[in-house]
Amino acid sequence: MEIVERPYSSDELDAIEAAEIEALRKASREPYPDPIEWSEEDIERNVVISSVDHLIDWCRRFSVWPVNCGLACCAFEMIGLAASRFDISRFGMELFRASPRQADLLLVAGTLTWKMAPALKRIYDQMPEPKWVVAMGSCAISGGPFRDSYSVVNGVNLILPVDVYIPGCPPRPEALMHGLILLHQKISKETVLKKR
Amino acid sequence: MTEALSGEDVAKQIGERFPNAVTDFDETAVFIRGEDVLDVARFLKEAPGLEFDYLTSITAVDYSEHFEVVYHLTSIKNNHSIVLKVRCYDRDNPRLPSVVSLWQGADFQEREVYDLMGIAFDGHPNLKRIFLWHGFAGHPLRKDFQGNV
Amino acid sequence: MFKTEPIMINFGPQHPSTHGVFRMRITFDGERIVDLEPIFGYLHRGIEKLGESKTYAQIIPYTDRLDYLASMTNNHAYVLAVEKLAGIEVPERAEYLRVIMAELMRIASHLMTVGFMLNEMGAFFTPLLYMWREREKILDLFEMVCGQRLTYNYMRIGGVSHDIPEEFMPALRRFIDEMPGFIDEYDQLLAENEILLARTKGVGILPAEKAINCSVSGPVLRASGVKWDLRKADPYSVYDRFDFEIPTCQNGDVYDRYRMRILEMRQSVRIIEQAMAQLPGGEFRAKVPATLRPPKGEAYGHVEGPKGELGFYLVSDGSPNPYRFHIRAPALLNLTVLRDLCVGRLLADALVILGSIDICMGEVDR
Repeated sequence: MEIVERPYSSDELDAIEAAEIEALRKASREPYPDPIEWSEEDIERNVVISSVDHLIDWCRRFSVWPVNCGLACCAFEMIGLAASRFDISRFGMELFRASPRQADLLLVAGTLTWKMAPALKRIYDQMPEPKWVVAMGSCAISGGPFRDSYSVVNGVNLILPVDVYIPGCPPRPEALMHGLILLHQKISKETVLKKR
Repeated sequence: MTEALSGEDVAKQIGERFPNAVTDFDETAVFIRGEDVLDVARFLKEAPGLEFDYLTSITAVDYSEHFEVVYHLTSIKNNHSIVLKVRCYDRDNPRLPSVVSLWQGADFQEREVYDLMGIAFDGHPNLKRIFLWHGFAGHPLRKDFQGNV
Repeated sequence: MFKTEPIMINFGPQHPSTHGVFRMRITFDGERIVDLEPIFGYLHRGIEKLGESKTYAQIIPYTDRLDYLASMTNNHAYVLAVEKLAGIEVPERAEYLRVIMAELMRIASHLMTVGFMLNEMGAFFTPLLYMWREREKILDLFEMVCGQRLTYNYMRIGGVSHDIPEEFMPALRRFIDEMPGFIDEYDQLLAENEILLARTKGVGILPAEKAINCSVSGPVLRASGVKWDLRKADPYSVYDRFDFEIPTCQNGDVYDRYRMRILEMRQSVRIIEQAMAQLPGGEFRAKVPATLRPPKGEAYGHVEGPKGELGFYLVSDGSPNPYRFHIRAPALLNLTVLRDLCVGRLLADALVILGSIDICMGEVDR
């Protein structure tokens, strides 16, 4: 079978990708601030949540659909959680969407490298609001055992704002479930009118 | 048991065919000159009694004055193995002939050596970076890499 | 009047079927693949460079994270290489424990391979969840021994880190007694399935000559008819004391590679039974200095892992850190054949072929 001429050369595509990686690396020096307006002190000072908010938050938190973003070893504890023994289906979360356009939660499981970072940012940008990010495992929190390496991002929060951090290497499925329940508690305290 | 052939025996056999190729040998390895890599490799692959048809791995080590590229070869037919080493003394632009035409398994491994150590292989069909991105500054596995480690 | 152009699609790093962050740029002429370029490096963490600044014992947890589906095997290969370099003798009980753990790991890894391969064929999750049930039992056994479910850090230089507790042997006995029944269950449900046969018979045929030339190893090589298994060809640990077979298949297509894994699981059960019967008492770890300084030299230690020949090449200069630490990754070398097997076929076949080659990105990218 003869090779037909390619519309774009492989080297051109590699160069475009490399430019994106370098630009993102230069721009990500400081971590994003964590969205913490849901912590207890703020709620007491602010408005009481109305019954409409209650209903909407109840609907949202019991049907959070994650996006398939298993990068490394933690992905297998995430799949273990979705399997029948630990079962996140009882929280309505077993539907891992392949397309970010249909998902609410970006569950970053595994080590993020600079080469993968623009792709991850693009997935996050493609998700519609409201969306949340959970950093699972020590590699996603701070680079983990690979912190000193030349190609690892020292924490997903350099690139995206993270809502819940779940420590462990890898965290057990029960630990991941605890983190997701904390996320549900966060969602239950949101008001619809608040701008994110 | 896979018999690890002694460097001396194999050096003798290579020396009979290519008199100047062997520079040194020790108990397990044969050192040959850079220019003769392709000829010696073809001889090792095809000579009866040797028949090294399986390339186990190619890697490179940075000893500060020179690079050493290490080829581990195995013969599935005869169940023996040998280590072939090549020293490159050029720090700025080290080049070696590629063995992809003999063993296709060398494809990704030579690209890895180019990416991480900076040794280029002449005759490789697609020599570009494999793990790091195009335009990454430097070659990380070198001992003088100024990076994040 | 009409002009046709090839279309290039990106099979991106984030995809449910790519076994991790693997990317392919595929050029199509209509529906047929004309060219396929695999792109890796999305999980390149620089483990080889990190190893040069850690001591020999500190590298063992890093080896877990290479092929994270078969961590015990990675540990085993690494400590074998260090023991070869430093000339350390391992006590017998430790060797038997290592063999039991390695073979349990092989069963777990093959279960995942078959489960995910069927996932990609469209049997969305049912076979995978069945096989996950058995894998959870194996993970419970490992948790009993070393406390971890995925990245064990169990093997040490000179032996293993903990001896087995009392509950381990009865639990292992129960598992081994029921496992052949489960393997037969999977085989029965899958082997005669029409869709499986239609999608895998005759797809991705890899001839034996090409397999040897492309440095392929493991079940993929044996499915093409080459009888080469390091446990018999170059026995390490105590594998020469067990009686087991090396299955091979004739055609080298995707169906044969699926079949290989089922056959190998059966052989692993045999080896574990024999190891349990022969397990001696004694020390589980040799006396090794806390900071190991091997003599100057180099060593290459390899094992037969579930994906192929996993090897570690270590160069020592007499200091506590290795001078050079190189990993011979079977998954990277098995990918050499991907392009040649996929050209001329449909995209759906490419996925199934990728599933049968069985990669794990932690190992490919290191």
